[in-house]
Amino acid sequence: MELFVNVILLSFLLAIALAIVRMKDLFAVIMLAGIYGLLSASFFVVVDAVDVAITEAAVGAGVFTLLMLVATVMAGRYEQGARHKPLLALAVVFITGSLLIYGSLDMPAFGYGPAPDHQHVDSHYINESMSEVGVPNIVTAVLASYRGFDTLGELLVIFTAGVAVMALLSTLYDSHSNLGTGPENKWLYEQQMPIRLVVKILIPFIMLFAFYIQFHGDYGPGGGFQAGLILASAIILYAMLFGIRTAKQVISPRFYQCLSAFGILLYGGVGVVALLNGEHFLDYSVLFTDPLAGQHVGIVLVELGIGCTVFSTMILIFLNFYERKNNQLDGCQ
Amino acid sequence: MDTVISVASLLCLLLGSFLCLSGGVGILRFPDFYTRMHAVGVTDTLASAMILMGLMLQGAEANVVIKLIIILLMTLFINPTASYALAKAAMYSGLKPLLNMQKSKRG
Amino acid sequence: MLIAASVAILIVMGMAIIRAVVGPTLYDRILAVNMFGTKTVLLIALLGFVMGRPEFLDIAIVYALINFISVIAVLHFSDSIYFKHDTQDKKTVKKEE
Repeated sequence: MELFVNVILLSFLLAIALAIVRMKDLFAVIMLAGIYGLLSASFFVVVDAVDVAITEAAVGAGVFTLLMLVATVMAGRYEQGARHKPLLALAVVFITGSLLIYGSLDMPAFGYGPAPDHQHVDSHYINESMSEVGVPNIVTAVLASYRGFDTLGELLVIFTAGVAVMALLSTLYDSHSNLGTGPENKWLYEQQMPIRLVVKILIPFIMLFAFYIQFHGDYGPGGGFQAGLILASAIILYAMLFGIRTAKQVISPRFYQCLSAFGILLYGGVGVVALLNGEHFLDYSVLFTDPLAGQHVGIVLVELGIGCTVFSTMILIFLNFYERKNNQLDGCQ
Repeated sequence: MDTVISVASLLCLLLGSFLCLSGGVGILRFPDFYTRMHAVGVTDTLASAMILMGLMLQGAEANVVIKLIIILLMTLFINPTASYALAKAAMYSGLKPLLNMQKSKRG
Repeated sequence: MLIAASVAILIVMGMAIIRAVVGPTLYDRILAVNMFGTKTVLLIALLGFVMGRPEFLDIAIVYALINFISVIAVLHFSDSIYFKHDTQDKKTVKKEE
């Protein structure tokens, strides 16, 4: 059954990828990319990688679609014709692909226990994480505790991306754009009464569910990244339907900027507190009298930091793109 | 009692699968956007409700049933709204329904 | 029976993909994506029962929400695109009058 579903899902993926390559309308490409995200997430579910699946669903089908749509609106809807013959690139890709496939012939079968890559630390994580970290979800234990430093690096990458987007595109404090009557999208919130009603009802539940994902990450699939993304999608949905100005009045961009930095600080601060208590950086055992409770407190705090930064960075990127588009339209008219 | 519940679950799943398939045939075979929209919009919600109800009757634990009910409620809210918004957006953007007179030309 | 339902949903997913790839207008594709999302939710829920892992339902909820959000986003932006490229479009003219 699993093999059957996998084969079908992967052939769907192949069909979608080929269709994406052939398509010129970038809107259609984004729609197909959304299907691609949903498909690969289903594939991850079938191979039992639940945390990856939930991330792929939130990123690939949700935030990726939103950000790509805003970018496409700025860049234009149709793909430009190619200026050069892609034969050399095709040859390079073909050779690299053949080498990769040739290399994969020597790989051990999927899930084969004695394979070399399962000998290193995997068994330690699987056997000892319950007694060392005390969190039922091993993925969270690895992500936030064993590999806490890597995760800090990833979070810094996201934060840097947010800062870069703001440095390049920011018009949030441009007084002109705040006062000007930008050509906001009227019909969605004047004529689409039922959507506004349903969204008004749904948004609290989306947020509640995001918090569930955030704080249930120790026990089931989920964690800070996914929760931040879902919460950000809820705010973006609100901004799209009720106008960006209303959304900025509800929570000001300044708050997102502070929250984005606060998340990183919280993460690093937990590490420094551990350092001051005479342990390694990001070793949470000393945060509490009982080492296991200390680990748990540390993981909850770190996940909260991740959630804050991811949430506010995503919204900042979206707001900056969106404002820039509105200003462009202002200039056109 | 158990047999009644399992037969009911089976019937729900069967009906749901049938509705899914008919929606799928509709989205493939119908001639223009609005008829496809009709096929999907009508079958999608009921098919989801049937399959989720069939799963609920499979005798799961309480929290699983509650999650299924949450998914069911969301489907009931979301699907008709999305269909409505889509049809209205298409109409607003100037996409005309395929009328009988144009049929010989396009279909 | 669960397996039969999963197979039926996989077939319907394939049909939705064909429509998304072929679909002449943008709205056909959006419709196909929306339908595909609903079917994914059902597939995940069914697979959770087939494989005896009921925590899959969390993921199904995420899918249902995300799917709705992306459909609304596409509708929103497909309208603004007309705004940008065809400023002489009849809609805008009508609004200015």
